[in-house]
Amino acid sequence: MRDIPYYPGCTLTTTALNLDESARAAMKKLDVNLAELPRWNCCGTVAGLSSDNLMHHVGPIRVLVRTQEMGSSRLVTLCTMCFHTLRMSNQLVQNDPDRLEKINSFMDREEDYRGRVKVLHLLEILRDDIGFEGIRGHVDTSLDGVKLVSYYGCLLTRPKEVAIDSVESPTVLDDLLRSLGADTPYEPYATECCGSYHTVGEPEIVDDLAYKICESSHRRGADGIVTSCPLCHFNLDESQKRFSARGNSIPEIPILYFTQLMALALGLGEEVCHFDDHHVDPRPMLREKGLIG
Amino acid sequence: MGRFPLTLRSVESDDTIHPHTRSRHAGLLEKIREISGIDVFRCIQCGCCAAGCPTSDYMDYTPAQWMKLLQIGCFSEIAESRGVWTCASCFACLARCPRGIDLAKVAEAVRQIHLRKGLDQQDPARIPEETLRRVPQIAVISCFRKFSS
Repeated sequence: MRDIPYYPGCTLTTTALNLDESARAAMKKLDVNLAELPRWNCCGTVAGLSSDNLMHHVGPIRVLVRTQEMGSSRLVTLCTMCFHTLRMSNQLVQNDPDRLEKINSFMDREEDYRGRVKVLHLLEILRDDIGFEGIRGHVDTSLDGVKLVSYYGCLLTRPKEVAIDSVESPTVLDDLLRSLGADTPYEPYATECCGSYHTVGEPEIVDDLAYKICESSHRRGADGIVTSCPLCHFNLDESQKRFSARGNSIPEIPILYFTQLMALALGLGEEVCHFDDHHVDPRPMLREKGLIG
Repeated sequence: MGRFPLTLRSVESDDTIHPHTRSRHAGLLEKIREISGIDVFRCIQCGCCAAGCPTSDYMDYTPAQWMKLLQIGCFSEIAESRGVWTCASCFACLARCPRGIDLAKVAEAVRQIHLRKGLDQQDPARIPEETLRRVPQIAVISCFRKFSS
């Protein structure tokens, strides 16, 4: 079993246990231990976009210092927002030694960050380290007959400098789901924003955007929508309870994390998936497809 | 859409505008460049950003309009409008801009210039408790980062 340093982030240890635990279990089955980073701190959730303010990069760079302390040159994360924030800050300092030096000087109680850690999303590990053919060989319960829309959202593929795949036509999530046996229909809204943090102050915007994505997926015959981001998951899942009150009426469509589907396909059962935490219960669909009892 | 007829006037070269106003405008554009790395005059007004923006339907001024209005010196109209505060920082604009302009960074710069005057757009004490119970913490922290100083 090999270890990869793993950054869970705040949400995966609280409201997205379904993503965290299914991932850890699935990866163990693939002989990879997601070794949680000691003393990790919040990444800040959104990438700092102000060139004149380095404070927004202190949190992410400190996370990379922790990774360096583990003696690793790689850090894997699952939450798309954490991935984006960490990778953007990492890229900033890797391309700008002056800014790196300023941040290191500020964090004078930490060892200097040397800029050599690679921030990876778990999908990159699955694609590039293990390979989808390798994953297919471990499948116990095929997702054959299940139609799943891959919803990438914004931050896995934009901007292109930090993208894990093509900006406009990514396939990594589709490829993973196909290796588990699923059908993956084309979805034109696969990289459209769900509304992100506007769920706090302007939930009507999120409801509109989520409806557009869910309605399109439903029209393509999807049994579920698969995502990696806890905020996308929340927006697409929770907003559905307001669809009929708004006059938009489509059947409920379960929102699932790719790691939950991995856990089911690898024969790990539903206990690690925490389906109780979903607003739209995926269990009726999964039962109908023979993926759970 | 928009309150102003859009005319092709550069504030810096317009002698009918008081020099103080002209230099203040130039200063703001320089500040935007410093914060975002973007020269707003690189925008050619093709509109790809606005066409692909997921929240443009909810904006009074779309990304393409911000760029034109900044070019002609209407900073406060942008900072006090819904447009830049409805941006979700999704980077679709950057992905589609033929000149590679990162409008998410321009929006961030406008927001930051406004917020650094202490004009916070979100007060943590006024977020309803029901909202705090409903949404994941990741959304709340993101809002603080985007809408407050």
